[in-house]
Order: sequence, then structure tokens, then C-alpha cells
Amino acid sequence: MTDLSIIMDITRTHLSSRLKQSVIAALGVTFGIGSYIILVSFMTGLNVMLDGLVLNRTPHIHIYNEITPSEIQPIDRVEDWTETFNVVRSVKPKESIERIHNALPLMTSLRKDERVRGVTSWASARVFYLAGSNQLTGMVNGIEALEEVKLFNFGDYIVEGSPADLVKNNNGILLGAGVAKKLSLGLGDKIQLSTVAGGILPLKIVGIYQSGLADVDNVQSFVNLTTAQQLNGEGSNYITDINVKLFDMEEAPVMARQISKDHDITAKDIQDANAQFETGSQIRNLITYAVSITLLIVAGFGIYNILNMFIYEKMNDIAILKATGFSGGDVRSIFISQALIIGILGGILGLIVGFFVSVLISHTPFETEALPTIKTYPVNFDGAYYIIGMTFALLSTFLAGYLPARKAQYIDPVDIIRGQ
Amino acid sequence: MNKEKVLEARHINKYFTEPVRFHMLKDIDFNVNRGEFVSIMGKSGCGKSTLLYILSTMDTAYEGELDLNGRKLTGLSAEELAYVRNKEIGFVFQFHYLLPEFTVLENVMLPGRKLAVKSRQEVEHDAMEKLKLLEIEQLALKHASRISGGEKQRVAIARALINEPSIIMGDEPTGNLDSRNADIVFSIFRELCTTKNLSMLIVTHDLDFAEKTDRIIEMADGSIINHGHQEPFNYS
Ligand SMILES: Nc1ncnc2c1ncn2[C@@H]1O[C@H](COP(=O)(O)OP(=O)(O)OP(=O)(O)O)[C@@H](O)[C@H]1O
Ligand SMILES: [Mg+2]
Repeated sequence: MTDLSIIMDITRTHLSSRLKQSVIAALGVTFGIGSYIILVSFMTGLNVMLDGLVLNRTPHIHIYNEITPSEIQPIDRVEDWTETFNVVRSVKPKESIERIHNALPLMTSLRKDERVRGVTSWASARVFYLAGSNQLTGMVNGIEALEEVKLFNFGDYIVEGSPADLVKNNNGILLGAGVAKKLSLGLGDKIQLSTVAGGILPLKIVGIYQSGLADVDNVQSFVNLTTAQQLNGEGSNYITDINVKLFDMEEAPVMARQISKDHDITAKDIQDANAQFETGSQIRNLITYAVSITLLIVAGFGIYNILNMFIYEKMNDIAILKATGFSGGDVRSIFISQALIIGILGGILGLIVGFFVSVLISHTPFETEALPTIKTYPVNFDGAYYIIGMTFALLSTFLAGYLPARKAQYIDPVDIIRGQ
Repeated sequence: MNKEKVLEARHINKYFTEPVRFHMLKDIDFNVNRGEFVSIMGKSGCGKSTLLYILSTMDTAYEGELDLNGRKLTGLSAEELAYVRNKEIGFVFQFHYLLPEFTVLENVMLPGRKLAVKSRQEVEHDAMEKLKLLEIEQLALKHASRISGGEKQRVAIARALINEPSIIMGDEPTGNLDSRNADIVFSIFRELCTTKNLSMLIVTHDLDFAEKTDRIIEMADGSIINHGHQEPFNYS
């Protein structure tokens, strides 16, 4: 068993006698790891933000009544004709109400389910926004504002006023930012809503809602649940949407299918509704890793070159070590540990540099109309990436060091001694 | 006289293949006894260094058999041979091969620390003893690149001694030294033979040096043509 301290002493002496090249090689690793940390922190920060933008506010299961033609036509129910091939042309949906049948019992049973974190209900109504001579078509959703804040971060999207103001005022409305802009209305102004049925309801603007998605902001507004039910001329059992938030999002598809079957109703799960967001995150991750690995490979070549040069310069030392009884494995260890020291020091410095640049980015102002709640660039400071980065650094330097070190292992001392 | 064999070379043949196949060493067959001071002489290019590299286990591409202290070395793994070099053989080169970035003391300690049977402090103590023996203890903390050639040669000898080997091999260890320094090195070797019962196998071109040794082995064209006076000339 070779005493490791002698190997380390030789390693250290070799490195310090070639300090400049060693530092340059280490800086190559620093550059690779630093870039990885910056990229991954920024990209995943962006992912988290974009996911938050949509996924946080999207219910894990959205239950509503979709108006579709019946799958089973009357003729299918006639037993005499089950063996025949029946064709019904030009099937149209039956006129139907949008409300969910037995919404209140359904909600009660959902709330009892231990997988469910919370349930909110909406009563939506198609309206015209009236202000002066202008009128806009739109949609108001009656909500239980405080529940929405708790479960779906609703508060993040109220840029002026607050959800609490809505709860306090039964004639209040949180107006969509696009609507407010088009009608030149602001906080405290009055607006009238006219329903499809013809009723008119004057409301006071207690807040402005901005989701960041123009299609939504140009149409949607929020009022209290009871206000919306009134607007439709309906009672407290008039519910058009039920939003369910689960403890574990992964259970959504199974549960949605079950609800849909049991209650003969449409239940969409979040994976189904937002499949494309997963893809976006994956592509950003792919880019991050492709760029980082490229940088590390470049750094690895740097280490490979410098170590080859070290070994070339240290031929005499290698011959002496072998002549005095150091084995090929010892010589290999000496050069691999040189590579690893370069990797460790360069890698740690890379983590530090990456961290500070990430901090800098996270303090850089970033304001955009589309993202009302974001004030600075989003950065993710997940420690796991620092562990991955360090593992990367060690792995790439080990590989870069291994090949030259193996060459040193098999150098024949006789060749070197003769060469003198 | 002690006749215990330390080194035995049995019918050693060596071929070079570059640039053409060439029979370099022809049936080399001889012994070195414990405490014996043997020198090897011969014309330049007759294969003395080639033989020494084989005897010191650095070159394993040969035919024949090599024994050290009664143990067969031929066919051992590279790892085992490294251990033998470390423990049993001290090698002194013509050019003073030291690690230039280490101090004299560290250079001498190197094989001792590799062997790792003694603690670092003990190895350091032994190394100082060897430096004192060679009267260069004042150089201990100097960098190996900053001492004279004669001094380097003595450091290399101290290093060869650190693990108390059975035999010291030297390839023209005095070749680069003036006669005064060559005399010093000779008396150190002689002293080690008599006091420590060490064996010496030294290649030299210096006839004065060789004549003071116990026995001169003469080589020509890759063969031993004279085994010296202690052993009758014989072909097996
Ligand atoms: N690797 C090799 N391949 C081919 N020929 C070699 C090789 N190494 C040495 N030789 C040749 O073998 C011969 C013997 O070399 P060696 O170094 O053993 O001679 P030597 O007796 O030590 O000479 P000197 O006294 O000059 O040191 C030389 O002619 C040399 O050119
Ligand atoms: Mg020679």
C-alpha cells in the first residue's frame, strides 16, 4: 500500500511549479461550471416562473359542463335495433344549460376526499361591459375571492386594489386590465354590466386584474359568486365551474376520469390542459445542458492538453520515480490527482462565480406588461444544481486527466534514462 | 569469505528489434556475492547499460533468468518488480537523476516514503543519517537543482541507501566527476561493502576505479569475456 501523502506531495509540487498553466486549466473549468450554474439557474428560474404563470393558477381538475351532442341517440335505446347499423345524420347538441347538476353535493363530496387540497366554484356569465357609449362583450366570473387567493394565487394577478376589497363590496368588480384600458376606466370608477338576458347591473371597480395573457385580460372580470348568480337570475346552486386543487398533481388524470364517469360531466386534468408547457421546459433544459456540456468538454480538452504537456516536461521525474520503486499505478495517481485538483479548485470557483452572477441577475430589474407580478429576472437557487455542477467538474477533469495519466503509467524509464 | 549469492544472472539473452533484429546480450551468466564489490568494464556500445537495466528489473524484455537473494525475479508483475526495486536495489545513474523541485532531503526520503514501513519522521531521520554518512548533511534543505554535480551524485547515493538495499547498481556513477570526487564516491562504496556488507555492481570506464574493486567483469560485443579473478571463467 502506497502512502497517499507522498503521492499528494509530488502532485502539489508539480502543480505549484507549473502554477500559471495550472491556474489557466482551472479557470477553464471555472468558466464551464460557472456558465452551467448561471444558465441552469436562469433557465429553471424562467421555467418555474412560466409554470407558475399558468400552472399555479390552473386547477388540477377543472369540472364543467361542455355542450356536446349526445353520444347515444334515441334509436340506440331501442332494443330491436341494436343488431343493426344505425346512421343518424346532422346531429346537433340539445339546448342545455351550462350549470353543473348537483354542484353543491359534488363539491361536498370532493372536499371530503383526502387527495383534495381545496375546491373553489365559479359562476360565469356572458355580459356586455357598458361605460358611456362604449360596449364590449366579455365574461364575468363569480368567485369566492379568498379561496381563490389561497388555492390559485389569485392575488398575484390583481395589480391594483385587492381581492379583499371585492369580498367587502358586493357591488364591486375586479376588472380585466384590457377591458379597463379599452374603456378608459380605473380604480373607483363605475361600470355597468348587461347580461344576455337583458338585465343591467351597475358595479364599482375595486381592482384591476392582469393575468399577463392578453386574450384573458381583454375579456374576463371577476365579481363575487353571489353577484354573478344574481346576474344570471339564479340561486346559490348555480355553479358553472368547479376547480379542484390536489395535494399531488400526478393524481389528476385518474381522478378526472373517475369524476367524469361518475357524474357524467366534463373533467379536464392539468396534464391534459397544459401538455405544451412541459415541452417548453424540456427544451429549455435541453439547451442548458447542451451548452454546459459543450463548455465542459472545451475545459476538458484544456486540462487534457496541459496535463499532456506536464507529463512531457516531467519525463525525467517519471523515470526517476519508476527507477526508485514507484509503480505505474502510483505515477498514474500522481497525474490523475493533478487533474482532479485542477477540477476541484476550478469547479468550486465556478460555483462561487456562478452563484454571484446569479444573485446579480436576480437583482436586475425586469418589468413587462405581460408579467405583472415579476419585478426582477427570475433565478432558481436550487442547491441540487450546485451538486450536479461539481459532479460534472470532477467527472470531466477525471476523464481529461485519465488518458494522459495512463500514458504516464506506461512510460518506460529505460527509454528516458537512455535518452539523456 | 562470505559466498552467499545476492544476484544471479542465468543465461541472459537480449535482442533489439529496432532498426533490425539484433542479438545484443549473449548468454550472460554470472553471480554477485554478498559484500562483494564488482565492476563491469568494456568498450562503449558493448551492452553494459543494457545489462544493468535488465539486472535492475527496469527492462523485462529478455530471455534467461534473474534471481535476487535466491528469489526468482523473472516473470514477476510490474507491481512486484517495482517493490523489489524500491526495497532491494539501489540505483545510481551517470547523470544525477534527482527531482529538481524537491529539496535534497525530500529526494533522499522519496523511496523510503514509498516503501512506507517507517513513519515519515523515521524516514526523515534515516535520510539525515545517510546524508551525514556522505558528509552532505548541510545540503539537506537546499533544492536539488541548486547543488553541484558531485554533490548531486552523493545525494543519489544517499537515496539509493535509504531502504537498506541488498545491492547497489551504478551506471558510470563517477563518469561525470573529477578524480577527487570519484575517489570520494569510491571510498563511500568501499565503506558500505565492508561495514554494511552491501554488494556493489558498478559499470565504469575508469580503470583506476575498477582496479580497486574486488573483481572486474569484462564485456565485449554483448558477452562476458572475463569474469575476473574470483570466479573461474566458464561457459555453461
Ligand atoms: N532501444 C534500443 N534499440 C536498439 N538498439 C539499442 C537500444 N538501446 C541501445 N541500443 C544499442 O545497443 C548497444 C548497446 O548499448 P548500451 O547502452 O548497453 O552500451 P554501453 O555498453 O552502455 O555503452 P556506453 O559505455 O557508451 O554507455 C548500442 O549500440 C546501442 O546503440
Ligand atoms: Mg552505458
